[in-house]
Amino acid sequence: MTATTARPTEGRTVPAGERSAFRKALSRWDARVSPYLYVSPFFVLFAIVGLFPLLYTAYVSVHEWNLIGGKGEFVGLENFTTVLQQEYFWRALRNTLSIFLLSSVPQVVFALLIAAALDTGLRARTFWRMGVLLPYVIAPVAVALIFNDLFGDRYGLLNEVLGWVGLGPFRWHVDVLPSHLAIATMVNFRWTGYNALIFLAAMQAIPRDYYEAALIDGAGRVRTFLSITVPLLRNTILFVVITSTIGGLQIFDEPRMFDQYGLGGADRQWQTLTIYLWNVGWGQHNFGRAAAVAWLLFLVIVLIGLLNFALTRRISSTGGKR
Amino acid sequence: MTRAKRMHALAAVTAVSVVVTLSACASDDSASGSTSGSGNEKVELTLATFNQFGYDDLITEYQKLHPNITIKHKKAATSNEARDNLNTRLAAGSGLSDIEAIEVDWLPELMQYSSKFNDLGSAEVKDRWLDWKAAAATDQKGRLIGYGTDSGPEAICYRSDLFKKAGLPTDREKVAALLGDSWDSYFAAGKKFKAASKVPWFDSIGATYQGMVNQVETTYENKGDNAVIATTNPEVRRLYDTVVKAGIDDGLSAHLQQWSDDWVASFQKDGFATMLCPGWMLGVIEGNAKGVKGWDVANTFPGGGGNWGGSYLTVPTQSKHPKEAEALAAWLTAPEQQIKAFKAVGAFPSQQAALTSPELASVKNPFFADAPTGTIFAERAKAVTVTPYKGPKYFPVNDAMQQALTRVEDKSMTPEKSWERFVADVKALG
Repeated sequence: MTATTARPTEGRTVPAGERSAFRKALSRWDARVSPYLYVSPFFVLFAIVGLFPLLYTAYVSVHEWNLIGGKGEFVGLENFTTVLQQEYFWRALRNTLSIFLLSSVPQVVFALLIAAALDTGLRARTFWRMGVLLPYVIAPVAVALIFNDLFGDRYGLLNEVLGWVGLGPFRWHVDVLPSHLAIATMVNFRWTGYNALIFLAAMQAIPRDYYEAALIDGAGRVRTFLSITVPLLRNTILFVVITSTIGGLQIFDEPRMFDQYGLGGADRQWQTLTIYLWNVGWGQHNFGRAAAVAWLLFLVIVLIGLLNFALTRRISSTGGKR
Repeated sequence: MTRAKRMHALAAVTAVSVVVTLSACASDDSASGSTSGSGNEKVELTLATFNQFGYDDLITEYQKLHPNITIKHKKAATSNEARDNLNTRLAAGSGLSDIEAIEVDWLPELMQYSSKFNDLGSAEVKDRWLDWKAAAATDQKGRLIGYGTDSGPEAICYRSDLFKKAGLPTDREKVAALLGDSWDSYFAAGKKFKAASKVPWFDSIGATYQGMVNQVETTYENKGDNAVIATTNPEVRRLYDTVVKAGIDDGLSAHLQQWSDDWVASFQKDGFATMLCPGWMLGVIEGNAKGVKGWDVANTFPGGGGNWGGSYLTVPTQSKHPKEAEALAAWLTAPEQQIKAFKAVGAFPSQQAALTSPELASVKNPFFADAPTGTIFAERAKAVTVTPYKGPKYFPVNDAMQQALTRVEDKSMTPEKSWERFVADVKALG
């Protein structure tokens, strides 16, 4: 482009009419192309660190590929069919969805409620607002270490406390549902406050007039929350739901730290898809198969992401179509 | 090709050859410099270890002896972390340290790629280690890819206070006689103990199985072709049945998976009375059982000797200073240095000469009622006669077996069902 722009201005005399025509063309080009140039850094970066790995993973997934030995023979879709026949893959999918539901749903609900509470005229507001973000600052591994101590099967604090009221003991590291609950608790601990702050920011953008009008009309707290706050937060809820879907389906740290082996339990009670992937790739050195799992995980996330999008759009019709 | 172009090509060739000759000279220099040990060229070596090797003081000492060498020591927190790091960088083809420490458990899978490590065999280090230690790091072409550091000869650790309450002898010689030298006698002693005490006999069937399987030469894979025979080998099934019978049917196990939070906590709560303990386990017990009195070590091990754990130092071919790295590794793994490491962090030597050294024999452990651990573990090391064959699939198959035993122990499956799952798991490794 620089070459073409340089030529006419240099040396050769150009008739004025021709010059202004070129200028016009140039400015037209400028208006049309420049915006794309301005946004291009993101897309160039994405192509390098996002798209390329994605495509390369697809390339790896159709080959025999050892972590250290490198590329082997082309095997077509064999890696995919083997993975789909593995019982542990399906179990990992089940665990991932179950942990995702147990964490995301309460997370969004509680975050909304906490945000609503923070939005009222509390004393020492900043203190409370910072407080809810605190768990997010703690490293997930540290969270896992502390919660693991609480969730000990035999000598854990939680079982002891539950024992006082005649419950349990729950076998957190043996049974499927208790293990999912324990892991979901760690996830919720970490992310609820973070989401609450996002909601809070959106809530503060809602014009106070609406609430005043509702108050004059005699609406109570619950009614205003359900009829004004939630509908007006529609887009924010959509954003939070989609990001927590993506995060929830890729959950790794918490289940991996849940016991000393990090494989998701002796019977894979809490092995998630990412742990399964990691174990196939780094434990068994089978990169071809791990790449196939990665692609399947990608498809699952896209599918559930779309499903969530469709569901959340229906939250309220008063939000208006865009 | 025009004349001008030809000239360019010629210049390029000359330039390249000059560079090649220059760099050849440079590498010659460094090589001759290091072998004489008096080279002045500054060399920075990187050394990657994990957990505790006890090298901190030794590194300072080596740098004093060789002023031209600077050593950068990278420590990983766990051996798993080190393994991931090593595998990833081995795959990437760059980024490894000049000396990489590896653990015996993941040595077999690396032996497949032994050509990515330098052959460290030499007259100087011949017969330095116990036979089985060196044999495990020697590939099929006879190349020695790792220098043995520590080893894990196993003894039995026991709670003398619990033994006393159950009316059993507490003195370590008498306890050794009571436990005997076969698994049958060890389990029989357990039943006797159980009759008089509520405390379980050992921590878990998984840990006990580990001690048993390390005494069998052929377990999961055929030596010749590495075919996986784990699921059809009657020996593996026999061990599985034996340990399940002792731990579950006879109720000797505390059902505590090693390294779990419950296991760690159980040291403070009379969780169990005995456990198989390699030398390095003493430090673990001492840490977990702080304030608990009564731990002791008996100089015996069921079924003959056994080894659990231990590491090696390797020099990957990626290293830019292989000669210097080899010299450092050889020095660090010499008997004198390893004894110092034993005193510092309890890493028990795997070197022949170290085992007979009076310095080692004099080591006692105050936490274990002043047990002469130096002598005990030296004898335990000599009792190891079998080198179990571990092929490339050893690690994942053994993992699957440990999970099978855990499923039996936490009662999520019957022994038969769990075995079937084990068979399926091994097949899935494919």
